[in-house]
Amino acid sequence: MSSNNNLLVKLNNAGYQHNDKWLVKGVSLRVEKGKIVTLIGPNGSGKSTTAKIALGIYKKIDGEVEKYTNKVGYVPQKISIDWTLPLRVRDFMLLTENLKDEAINEALSLTGVIHLKDKNLGNLSGGEFQRVLLARAISKKPDLLVLDEPVQGVDFTGEIALYELIKKISDELNCGILLISHDLHTVMSATDHVVCLNGHVCCSGSPIDVAKNNEYKALFGEQASQILSRYEHKHDHVHTNDGEIKKN
Amino acid sequence: MFDDFFIRALVAGLGVAFVTGPLGCFVVWRRLSYFGDTLAHSALLGVTLAYSFELNIAFSVFIISSLIALILIQLQKRTNLPGDALLGLLAHSSLAVGLVVIGFLTFIRFDIMGLLFGDILAVTVDDLLIIWIGGALILLVLKLIWKPLFASTVNYELAEAEGLNPDRAKAIFTILMAAIIAISIKMVGLLLITGMLIIPAAMARNISDSPQKMVIYSIIGGLLSVIIGLFSSLEFNTSSGPSIIAASLFLFILSLLNIKQSIKLKN
Repeated sequence: MSSNNNLLVKLNNAGYQHNDKWLVKGVSLRVEKGKIVTLIGPNGSGKSTTAKIALGIYKKIDGEVEKYTNKVGYVPQKISIDWTLPLRVRDFMLLTENLKDEAINEALSLTGVIHLKDKNLGNLSGGEFQRVLLARAISKKPDLLVLDEPVQGVDFTGEIALYELIKKISDELNCGILLISHDLHTVMSATDHVVCLNGHVCCSGSPIDVAKNNEYKALFGEQASQILSRYEHKHDHVHTNDGEIKKN
Repeated sequence: MFDDFFIRALVAGLGVAFVTGPLGCFVVWRRLSYFGDTLAHSALLGVTLAYSFELNIAFSVFIISSLIALILIQLQKRTNLPGDALLGLLAHSSLAVGLVVIGFLTFIRFDIMGLLFGDILAVTVDDLLIIWIGGALILLVLKLIWKPLFASTVNYELAEAEGLNPDRAKAIFTILMAAIIAISIKMVGLLLITGMLIIPAAMARNISDSPQKMVIYSIIGGLLSVIIGLFSSLEFNTSSGPSIIAASLFLFILSLLNIKQSIKLKN
């Protein structure tokens, strides 16, 4: 089928255990070109682990993972850069790919940190560094973007702008995005598919389906469910239009 | 031209410095100085083996050092001992075994001081060939694995996730470490090789703001150390290794002045 050609990564009943403890188990999901798949769930529910399984960082896994691309951009949740390395932002941008200067400038401008290009990585603030991480991941124009809480520490207005940027990138590059986020508002407005994790897949589907799910309500509380469905409702016509065009 | 022992020593030392410069940067970045020490200590065992079986010294040191590196990796996987304890265990036991074997080799007169601290009188034209050809090979391989090695030095998971195969780069780098120790043992001596790797790189760190600059300054620092060290070794009749390392220490102290200045500028 045509949807199979768009497939970027597929997890089939995948799990990972460390020190005899399952970090996550029985996860099945697929990321396709141009789609945003979001993982949500409480702390320790295995979101980052699932992302690392999809990326092939964890090798001794249960189940199967099939990756159909090597052009991957990754924004990890935690990254500590050692100050023994003299590393400027421009050096960091070239870490995994040889890029032209224009490509570097373009990506840094998109995330609003072009003025930091010659700064030492160790001297950036948390939010600035997060923007650089995102710029690095998108600069190589990847097929698959894996973003593990990409806007942590970014100021409020920046956060909204960056989520808009992520949505725009997914449309323009037609790349698939596996997103991990705590911000339910944003998640629901941009996401095509939500996977709700709690050590296993607790429920998954379109945002509106997940919001109605009882397990989701039990996990996040009634209020979260309202946030989510209200958001969905507010943008009802936009989404319905989108969906209908595709369906027709 | 290479008839003069001093010229030979100088050419050999400069060859070594070209290679220790970039490798030393990785030793500093990846915090491998004790690992380098361990490989260097095990080199003594390699030397005794070379004498026992009439092998080329550089070759047998390379084999033994690589072997010790392999054993270390296995021990790390199979025991719960911390890394530094394992390094100490391997470093001192291989040094001890090497010294015991020397005790048995009564038929050969050993210049232990030369082995430990380097001996410029011992550098032959063959050694020059080994250093320059071996050194060129090491640099070539390092250039080939630079991207994955550097990326995984910054962040292992980023390198792995974006398809750079950091594990392979790390394994190859370990072999390069064994190789540099093998080719530089006659010049610097096995107790001081790590100094040749670390001190110029540490000096370079103080005066550079990018990885490329650090590598270049590290090479320049190594070259200067060899030149200053060997000339003073000739002048004061001191061992070559300690003289070179002392010269590099001198350069390191000079580089500290640069840090002081930049701190002042910031304030």
